[in-house]
Amino acid sequence: MYIIIALVALVFIVLTGVVISRLQGVLKSINKTDSEEVETSGNKFNGAMFIVILIGGAVSITWSYLHAREFFLPEASSIHGRRTDDLFWFSMGILTIPFIIVNFLVFFFAWKYQHKKGHRATFYPENHKLELIWTIIPAIVMALLVFTGWKAWSDITAEAPRDAEVIEITGKQFNWIARYGGVDNNKLGDYNYKLIDAQNEVGIDLSDENSFDDFTNPSEMHIPVGRPVLLKIRARDVLHSVFIPHMRVKMDAVPGMPTKFWFVPDKTTADMRAETGNPKFDYEIACTEVCGQGHFSMKMRLIVDDEATYKKWVSEQATFLSTYPEYLAKVPENLKAKAMKYVPAEAATPAADSSATSAGGAGASSSLR
Amino acid sequence: MSAIEGLETAHHHADEHDHHHEAQSFWQKYIFCEDHKVIAKQYLITGILWAVIGITMSVIFRIQLGLPDSNLSWLKPVLGGWISDAGKLDPNFYLALVTMHGTIMVFFVLTAGLSGTFSNFLIPLQIGARDMASGFMNMLSYWFFFLASIIMFASLFLQQGPAAGGWVIYPPLSALPQAHPGSGMGMTLWLASMAFFIVSQLLGGINYITTVINLRTRGMSFDRLPLTIWSFLITAVLGLISFPVLLSSVLLLIFDRHFGTSFYLSDIYINGEALPNVGGSPILFQHLFWFLGHPEVYIVLLPALGITSEVIATNSRKPIFGYRAMIASMLGIAFLAFIVWAHHMFVTGMNPFLGSVFMFLTLIIAVPSAVKGFNYITTLWKGNIVFTPGMLFSIGLVSLFVSGGLTGIILGNSALDIQLHDTYFVVAHFHLVMGAASAFGLFAGVYHWFPKMFGRMMNTSLGQAHFWLTFIGIYLVFIPMHYVGIAGFPRRYYQFTSYDFTHKFMDMNMFISIAAIFTFLAQFIFLWNFFYSIFKGRKAPQNPWRSNTLEWTAPIIPGHGNWEGEIPAVYRWSYDYSKPGAKEDFIPQNIPYSQTPESNFPHENELIATEKVIESQNFNDQFKTHH
Repeated sequence: MYIIIALVALVFIVLTGVVISRLQGVLKSINKTDSEEVETSGNKFNGAMFIVILIGGAVSITWSYLHAREFFLPEASSIHGRRTDDLFWFSMGILTIPFIIVNFLVFFFAWKYQHKKGHRATFYPENHKLELIWTIIPAIVMALLVFTGWKAWSDITAEAPRDAEVIEITGKQFNWIARYGGVDNNKLGDYNYKLIDAQNEVGIDLSDENSFDDFTNPSEMHIPVGRPVLLKIRARDVLHSVFIPHMRVKMDAVPGMPTKFWFVPDKTTADMRAETGNPKFDYEIACTEVCGQGHFSMKMRLIVDDEATYKKWVSEQATFLSTYPEYLAKVPENLKAKAMKYVPAEAATPAADSSATSAGGAGASSSLR
Repeated sequence: MSAIEGLETAHHHADEHDHHHEAQSFWQKYIFCEDHKVIAKQYLITGILWAVIGITMSVIFRIQLGLPDSNLSWLKPVLGGWISDAGKLDPNFYLALVTMHGTIMVFFVLTAGLSGTFSNFLIPLQIGARDMASGFMNMLSYWFFFLASIIMFASLFLQQGPAAGGWVIYPPLSALPQAHPGSGMGMTLWLASMAFFIVSQLLGGINYITTVINLRTRGMSFDRLPLTIWSFLITAVLGLISFPVLLSSVLLLIFDRHFGTSFYLSDIYINGEALPNVGGSPILFQHLFWFLGHPEVYIVLLPALGITSEVIATNSRKPIFGYRAMIASMLGIAFLAFIVWAHHMFVTGMNPFLGSVFMFLTLIIAVPSAVKGFNYITTLWKGNIVFTPGMLFSIGLVSLFVSGGLTGIILGNSALDIQLHDTYFVVAHFHLVMGAASAFGLFAGVYHWFPKMFGRMMNTSLGQAHFWLTFIGIYLVFIPMHYVGIAGFPRRYYQFTSYDFTHKFMDMNMFISIAAIFTFLAQFIFLWNFFYSIFKGRKAPQNPWRSNTLEWTAPIIPGHGNWEGEIPAVYRWSYDYSKPGAKEDFIPQNIPYSQTPESNFPHENELIATEKVIESQNFNDQFKTHH
């Protein structure tokens, strides 16, 4: 790479030198040019430069693309991701044609039709047929691209299948928090941002019985392979954006407006480790909407497990209530019995005691809502 | 006020109006001046100063991105506390830099510096008017811009730093001072500055539109207007419709920040506190912002395309190909510009159906853009091309516009935008198609009209060197940036060390940064050439490019009122280059068909009869409106 930089620097310096030496010639001849003819200093040189750039540009773009290709993301690990990738490279392929044609014509014409003494340009102000042709051809190509894109887009953004694994991901400054529907009922409980505190980071509403077995994880997210995963996305403070590069997933996290994205991951982390030959490979979740100082490091690990491993992992997780039994106080009296199931036995008794003292508070907060 | 002055002049001095103004003080002549030419130069110089600041910022953050291990202690004298003791750039200041770079380049350089300069300078000179419809409003327009500049500049020196939420200032980040240091006083000043900037744009825009519609000289019908004027007119209309929407979104944000309203805020828990705001929507801001933000892209680009049309036709010595198609495509782009804004918001959680609609509308806009590209190429075809620096930059613009525009077709496709949104692919795309292309339009305009502005020529060889270094440099910066984007690198990242998937392309990023520094250094050739030539350049001839438009019939250094004596009448369009049979390869607009029987087409011979009528009109001379 240093060699290339040195080469580029050299080209720059040589160019500057050539131009300055030409400049000397021009300065000398200034007094001579008194004719009516337009001044055409450096015309040959500039015309030739267009051809040099045309050839040099074609070579460098081809070479740099081939060089850069190995660093692109590996094949998408989700079904829709491979579809959008195919579409992307298909569109890029089509667009390369006008890219080459137009740049070739611009540079070639610039060189070919450079000023010649005594020559006169062709007066050619319009040709309706030609204009019609190059209005219609782009329109048709556009229609084709739009249609394929629109089909993909509608499928990707369609309602998630019923059997989708629902996982909530919440963005905050500066990390992600995953919340799962639970070890038993697999349903996410309600939430309310006013219930957020240092422990209850996503504002789980414990007056909803679905929330009793919910568990959260602030550092990694596990998902099952081979079936739809529906991410329910929200933000706690400012805008964030869930970006899973290997899955080709991106969706903003908006405070006050839950968003969602579903996809089917079909390569486990282990598969990818084998495929990439990198035993340390990990899927990552990043943030792509500027959110403050830590925006560049809002990382969460994503682990794609096979179904059995995933089930096992879920069943081993500690529910929110078991980690923080004191929150039992926020559970309404009539549901206490149900909630007790998720509180470790030894913690249940002191928690029940404290519930008496803080019951008033909990009641007040729920009546506030 | 110039109209009033003109009126007085006509009363008291009848024919000697140019002597009337010699008594002007320094302040009236150079500072609070109402002459469109001086205002244009004020815009241009301010724009250039801002460009130096804005591009310098980009170089600093490119060093951070491409050479992350470098020790930046040498910047301490300028940046002070923003450089840590270890010589590292502060992450908050990095965000401030990218934000201010965007704001400055989009609004202060490419909107005010490009459109402000050339609309002001060229509209009266090319349509044959003494000055703008309202010189006073025109002066106010510049001074509001100056006030906006002062406020924005002052914000750079705040302890907490200037605004730092990205140039799009999405709330809630921009609304909550506790979310980021840049969202405090820095954002307040950003919003205040932008409010004044919008006032300036509206004052200017109303003036441009009024002048083009009302003050065209005798015979200057709309189908004889140079394409520059068409582009300025359409740009002004775009600005007039869209800038008020930005003002309203800015005002609502100010309310949210200072008066406790909840337009954009809802369900927020930050710094251990749940905010009381509910019911607002951050997405509302994005809709309002991009309702301006997208037309803004064309506000920046259309004047550049107009300038290019003029420069390419002149220096190809050929009429612009498809004059009417060019106007139609500009009108098409302008109309579509208003109904594509939500393609910036495909992955914001907006209704996917809306995404489909905006994808269709967005891709339609490629058609008029393609027509423009093809028309430029056909204009070059069989031309007799003179590579003036202005011409080189115009040809470069066509290449950049097409290369950058094509990737827009990828990004406008909502399915593909999922992966590419907010990656370096987007950065590469818009820098080529809108940033670099518009900057090339600005350069083309400066090189082309410098002789008219300052009565002197810029150095051609230095101009050509500047072009080649810039053109190559721009491609070296932005082509590799596409690869970085395809690899998924998100934009506005302080560094790429936190993720495994960004643990590559170290050398590519270094390459981009070094190319950016080269390109930056090449701009000093321009700066030297520009300022040196103002004072020491070769004296300009009357019509250095042998061009057809009216400004070259005015004195080499036009005084107040632009033309001595009568304003010229116009008898033909501005693109009669290399007409078969004509003596010269150009026939200026003010030459009647009756004088060029050797080159007239049959339908033009019929127009000779109308020349007497055109000649006898004199409605639009501002110096003669007292009756």
